[in-house]
Amino acid sequence: MSAIKLTIDGKELEVAAGTTILQAARELGIDLPTLCHDPELPPNGACRLCVVEVEKAKSLVASCVTPAAPGMVVHTESERVVRVRRSILSLLIANHPLVCITCEQTGSCKLQDYCYRYSVTENEYVGETKELPLDSSNAFFVRDMTKCILCGICVGKCQEIAGAGAIDFTMRGFITNVGPAYEDKIEDSTCVFCGLCIDSCPVGALVPKALIGKGRPWQVEKTKTICPYCGVGCGIYLQTRDNEVINVRPDFDSPVNRGHLCARGKFGWDYLQSKERLTTPLIRSEEVFVAVGWEEAFGLIVDNLKEIRSSFGPAALMGLCSPKASNEESYIFQKLFRSLGSNNVDSYSRHCHAPAVEGMTRAFGGAAMTNSMEELVSAEAIFLIEADPLKTHPIIGYRIREAIRQGTCLIAAQSEDTGLSDIASYYLQIKSGSAVALANAFAAVILEENLYNPKFINKRTEGFAAYSSSLGPEVVRRSLELTGINEEQLRSAARAFATANSAAIVSTAGGVAQEGGSLLVTALANLALLTGNLGRENCGLYLPYSENNLQGSADMGTLPALLTGYQPLREKTVRDHFSRAWKVELSEQPGLSAAALFSGYGNKTVKAMLVMGENPAACGEHREAVTEVLRNLNFLVVQEMFMTETAMLADVILPAAGFAEKMGTYTNVERRVQLNRAAIVPPGDARPDWAILTELAGRLGFKWEYESPEDISTEIAALTPQYAGISYERIGAKGLQWPCPHSEHPGSKYLYEGRFQRGLGLFTPISMDDQAKLLFSYEENRSAGKKTLCNCLSDSMRNRSVISKL
Amino acid sequence: MLKSVAAVETAITDPIDLSALDAIVEPYLGKKEMVIPVLQVIQDHYGYLPRPAIEVVSRLMYIPLSSLYGVATFYSQFKLKPRGRYIIRVCKGTACHIQGSPKIAERIEAILGVQSGETTDDLKFTLEEVACIGACALAPVIMVNDNPHGRLTPDKVKAVLDSYE
Repeated sequence: MSAIKLTIDGKELEVAAGTTILQAARELGIDLPTLCHDPELPPNGACRLCVVEVEKAKSLVASCVTPAAPGMVVHTESERVVRVRRSILSLLIANHPLVCITCEQTGSCKLQDYCYRYSVTENEYVGETKELPLDSSNAFFVRDMTKCILCGICVGKCQEIAGAGAIDFTMRGFITNVGPAYEDKIEDSTCVFCGLCIDSCPVGALVPKALIGKGRPWQVEKTKTICPYCGVGCGIYLQTRDNEVINVRPDFDSPVNRGHLCARGKFGWDYLQSKERLTTPLIRSEEVFVAVGWEEAFGLIVDNLKEIRSSFGPAALMGLCSPKASNEESYIFQKLFRSLGSNNVDSYSRHCHAPAVEGMTRAFGGAAMTNSMEELVSAEAIFLIEADPLKTHPIIGYRIREAIRQGTCLIAAQSEDTGLSDIASYYLQIKSGSAVALANAFAAVILEENLYNPKFINKRTEGFAAYSSSLGPEVVRRSLELTGINEEQLRSAARAFATANSAAIVSTAGGVAQEGGSLLVTALANLALLTGNLGRENCGLYLPYSENNLQGSADMGTLPALLTGYQPLREKTVRDHFSRAWKVELSEQPGLSAAALFSGYGNKTVKAMLVMGENPAACGEHREAVTEVLRNLNFLVVQEMFMTETAMLADVILPAAGFAEKMGTYTNVERRVQLNRAAIVPPGDARPDWAILTELAGRLGFKWEYESPEDISTEIAALTPQYAGISYERIGAKGLQWPCPHSEHPGSKYLYEGRFQRGLGLFTPISMDDQAKLLFSYEENRSAGKKTLCNCLSDSMRNRSVISKL
Repeated sequence: MLKSVAAVETAITDPIDLSALDAIVEPYLGKKEMVIPVLQVIQDHYGYLPRPAIEVVSRLMYIPLSSLYGVATFYSQFKLKPRGRYIIRVCKGTACHIQGSPKIAERIEAILGVQSGETTDDLKFTLEEVACIGACALAPVIMVNDNPHGRLTPDKVKAVLDSYE
């Protein structure tokens, strides 16, 4: 592309062809005023505030829509330009209520700022003003369209980015408005309350309710941290005043969410200020809980743990650790139990992702999403199978929408319509439970039509012969029966997938967490291996987790048989290494898993448990059995923010801090380790889990010298190869993606370049019988299957938040 | 989510036969750029754009209801309310104005009890004003559907209206 030379305000510069004058000016650091411009939306030249004077041009031009041309001489603040900008601002405020003294946007209002900049004090044009009713019926935000300046950014965000399509321009001329169809209330529209419109409104037309009257921008502190809900790990700014969170804004510089959020991140934080927060340690006395001091609570815990350990042996102790705990907390949690001589450490809520872990580990040797979310945008094809990312992981949904706008071919195989169905190039409406059959049929077609990748298969995989012989023509025929689609649909979609130079496969909990999920994961892994869509950019297998630190928790070794970085406990060298570092002797006896405990194998040996932030008693289909196991323990300690169903069964409850009240790192689904900063102090006597564990360990006789989570993270880096190069200092604003083996390493965007964790990628044939059985059991469990375990943890937050109304 | 109360009420008091919609929309499926033609065909069918019909179009064509409403309210050719069997267009062009069209309009409004832009309760007449119908030689002139009635005086108006059943 040829470069273009032009002059702006006397400075010469060179830009690529197609660059607008606005972009060129911003490269020079010139602050051109804009109201309707948004970097991720097509420029619409609506507000005219960015006009500039171009020498030899007849009239002023809108710089946001005018491409730079060779030899152009541009003046951005000439007298003529300024005169026009003043007129535009006067016209805007002529029909804009000047209620700045009470407007929530005062101080961060672009219209106000520009009026200030160009000394526009009052409107010189007097005329009609818009009279529109306030829409404050919903629980989340207020829409005051009398303040709207019709920039159209919210419409673009709603229609293009989020795909909700709740609002558009309506009417014409003076009465033009932005809103839902038929002037409905926003809550009666298709609005999903993602808040994208609110955070991009240049004026005060859209205001979160929680913020109203809570402070001016300059009175509010902003703390950069990470959303505590799903595994995407969106960067957010918590806005706080007087130790109270009043708003959340997205981090526009985060490589994860780039200024996007969903309703959970935007509005779901208010549980932090719930009246139900536990603020003091509680001990059970008869059938009631009595508030006590930390001293008494710790004394009781230490006495009981010591006694049970000496009477029944260390294997009588077990810990359940929440995938919402930070990496540091997860790490010292398992360290505490292993130091006590028990490898009984697990997370029950991880259970729902067991199929993903199992399937991926079998095929690749590791259980993490192979590529990064941003790469989806550049994938040539995306195969979305039994997933509704706009609901479960909205950022991934936004990325897929963005990819499609840029020409990516979306192949969607769904048993139910989703917000992405209509924009798919190939939409296969499959019968519920037939996803495995479909994935296998794709493979059969690809083999039959010679569309597979022999070079990749020869060099990087094993088990191909057995796999390919399992995929005869009958697989295609049978899958048509099982899926209910026709052969032409199947073949054309499989071809589109196989012929793309880079194809990503995306499946979320809906597909994976159901029964037989590991078969689906295996089928999808086979498909990725068959087409060589692994170990490089813009392809891979995306099975995003549902909890914010599910990845990190497992990385930190909260698994019975694995230490940090999935180092196997059974290997003596590993045990010795940790024994030396921790100055304790590690038991080689493999620990009990949460699943084994609750299915009854372990409830005879385990006598005392520490449950940190988990709520197994309210989780999944086996709640009654789980409750029974917990009830039968001799001693149960629960670290919690709320009186959950599990806490109700405890002997001692310790009040825990929420995510906004403590520091720590979290690892998102793309293995990005990000830093979470404390914005407020915990209520009452509540303490961060890491502080509780450190204190408890000290009282149990271990000499831990952690003064901050950062101290713990240094130890993690020393003992975990994937995290070796990760430190708080290096994490910075963008995070670092593991594997990051040394302190110069930039982190890894995608996995398995050149080598899988297990060496070669493994093909695993899936029998026709298995597929048919699966369909049958899916149909039977259809209603049960929808209630997956996946959100039980977030639920104890969500249920105490305004987002429970969604 | 709940539809607005107003929408539910409309659906109850004014049941719309939506059975023709599948066939109407069929040729346009997958062609989101054809919004205006689709709305025109629907308006031809119903005489206006009933909300329940637009909601069906939104679902079938995967076009947000807000966008359809945006288009429907942008172009004056689209009507969101039921219109009368007879559309009276009073010419407000220069020639008609000089020849007394305001008085003609006033008389029609008085007889029908509606303002310009409105429809009589019995859905018989809709009264509209237009800039010029291009029949200045007949000024002042009105059109009732496709029939011109020229050289009117206020007193002749009633007979013209009465001639429509």
